[in-house]
Amino acid sequence: MRLCGFLAGFCVVAVPTALAQGSGVAIVANERSNTLTVLSPDHTVIGQVDSCARPRGMHFSANRDEFFVACADDDQIAVYETATRTLLRRIRNVPAPETFDLHPDGRRLIVSNEEDATASVYDVQTGELLAEYETGEEPEGVQATADGRLVFVASEAANLVHVIDLEKDEVIADILVDTRPRRFALSPDGKELWVSAELAGMVNIIDVGTLQLSADIRFLPTGFRPEQVTPVDLMITADGSRAYVALGRANHVAVVDVQRREVLRYILVGKRAWGLELSADEKVLYVANGLSDDVTVIDTGTLEAVTTIPVGRVPYDVLIDDR
Amino acid sequence: MTVRLVILAAILVWLASAASADTARVVYIGVEGDPHYEPRPVYTGLSLKDRKRPLEGARLAFAGTRILERATGVRFELQELLLDDASRVPEAVRSALQADALAVLLDLPEEPMRAVLEQGGKGLLFNIRHIADRWRGPDCTAAMLHTQPSRSMLADALAQHLRYRGWTKILLLAGDSQEDRDESEAVRRSAEKFGLQLVAERKFALTNDPRRRDFSNMALLTGPPEHDVIWLVDADGEFGRYVPHATYYARPVVGSEGLQATAWHWTWERHGAPQLNQRFRRLAGREMEPGDWAAWAAARAVIEAVSQTRSVEPSAIADAVRADDFALDLYKGVRGSFRKWDGQLRQPILLATHNAVIGLAPLDGFEHRFHTLDSLGVDEPESRCTK
Repeated sequence: MRLCGFLAGFCVVAVPTALAQGSGVAIVANERSNTLTVLSPDHTVIGQVDSCARPRGMHFSANRDEFFVACADDDQIAVYETATRTLLRRIRNVPAPETFDLHPDGRRLIVSNEEDATASVYDVQTGELLAEYETGEEPEGVQATADGRLVFVASEAANLVHVIDLEKDEVIADILVDTRPRRFALSPDGKELWVSAELAGMVNIIDVGTLQLSADIRFLPTGFRPEQVTPVDLMITADGSRAYVALGRANHVAVVDVQRREVLRYILVGKRAWGLELSADEKVLYVANGLSDDVTVIDTGTLEAVTTIPVGRVPYDVLIDDR
Repeated sequence: MTVRLVILAAILVWLASAASADTARVVYIGVEGDPHYEPRPVYTGLSLKDRKRPLEGARLAFAGTRILERATGVRFELQELLLDDASRVPEAVRSALQADALAVLLDLPEEPMRAVLEQGGKGLLFNIRHIADRWRGPDCTAAMLHTQPSRSMLADALAQHLRYRGWTKILLLAGDSQEDRDESEAVRRSAEKFGLQLVAERKFALTNDPRRRDFSNMALLTGPPEHDVIWLVDADGEFGRYVPHATYYARPVVGSEGLQATAWHWTWERHGAPQLNQRFRRLAGREMEPGDWAAWAAARAVIEAVSQTRSVEPSAIADAVRADDFALDLYKGVRGSFRKWDGQLRQPILLATHNAVIGLAPLDGFEHRFHTLDSLGVDEPESRCTK
């Protein structure tokens, strides 16, 4: 934490004793109320921050002192201080950013520009536009590989996953996937890329080595029709054993055995579950429910919902400051 | 590029010239001077219900194919043909299909439409204009798919909303044109299907004649018996626009004014719709209308089939589009496919006012034994399409 004297013109940098633990608060982007909601570790609302127009995807900086918010309706990325949630600076002229990923170098932010059918790369320090790549219409999910060589971008409208080679500075493959690809999760060994196909009601698995589709996982909670199952966000645990998939209008989160490609459990959450975030210890899963304006907290041990917290209008994404 | 050609031979050469092994080609056919798209000014020259040719809808679908070309190696092309002579339409359709066009989008008045259907034959035809049920019923043809919702689907969507809200007593207030009579028939069917009660059915007329005030006096037209809602049927619109807020009881107006059932709306804000509306606005400089959406959906269906099959072989594309598991992103939250029995695109229907979408049908609670979307419109057992 950094404290700056107003008049004296000096700063004291205080190093928290519990270094790299974070405050444990969760930050929720509410895309329709243009706010961020701050949740305490015991799941109560402790603050609300006026943000920008239509805040959507969020991401921490490399050292987690800052976090980035994609402001889709005013064409910028807002940079906040994590500890205080105060606005530090803005990266401007980013056309309709939806979501993004931070390159492992901690400097390059790869952004999907929903209305321009491009993926653009910005320097998070200077705000400079470094590169731009053509994608299909409505690019959404962005995923950089751990080695930093490849970036995957999903195009919702073209049903394509674009593979960008940053060193070659070009799109090296366009992989056809199922209807309306949205988000990604990479297996910890980097060998499998999971992509949610929202309108197909499934997850496609891409072999990162060959860039070919290798498997699908379909979802169907009891009592739902296939067309109601619209998976969006997904996460794979650090040990690569389990995945969580938010099933959108089916109002459930699917728990998947990664090796066996089998659904272990469907957990009832709020309406139109999209955004997911796991705590650092992976004991808690936060689910942003876009149409019930709340966040469901799941205990990953019992696989049951612990509580549901009202937040702002149309929550989209969750960040947890606990590392 | 839109081509206006007078000499048929030139059309045929033009259609054939584009044929190529790796090109996915869709042909739009319309008629020059089509009365459907003539301005429809009302008293004092106001323009209230002018229609726009939905070419930009089809163009929008093709504008998004550049990256798909990179991915598939297939070139996508839209040919736009406006014929001076409507009697040449069947020949132009035949030529387009013979030159391996994957589909023809038909934006035609009734007469040439009928002539195309009577010609028969194979190939993929899309009706992107007419909502009349007869094209999906007794006058159907195997080659024809419909991306506009049918009149029955639209009426069913509104009836579901009334049922859902518990507004079950309906006053039907209708004009006397052929279109109004067809629409009234659809309202009666939907009311019966969803258990609504037509407490009264009244005709209106555009007149100030005191001897005919039963047909023009708003208090008499909208007075007792008591009702929950007025379902207005007025395709022309000149009477209907004066009905809301002028009724005997304080009752909402639905149908031709107030809450309307529609395939698309410029304010629809879910399921990616803002992006589609925004792309259309950028391309066309106006809002996307239901007709534009229907043209877009037809073109997208072909593009999607090419991308899924990686083929530009017309019969393969026709099969893929008609397949049960075909999945077209309609920007209405549910994947679209075509009904086997009448070629109708399954789709949710928006219920909208002039500036907001109030509901999306099928509404919660309306179920169907196979496919919830088939709770809207003519279901397989009732279908009168036998081709």
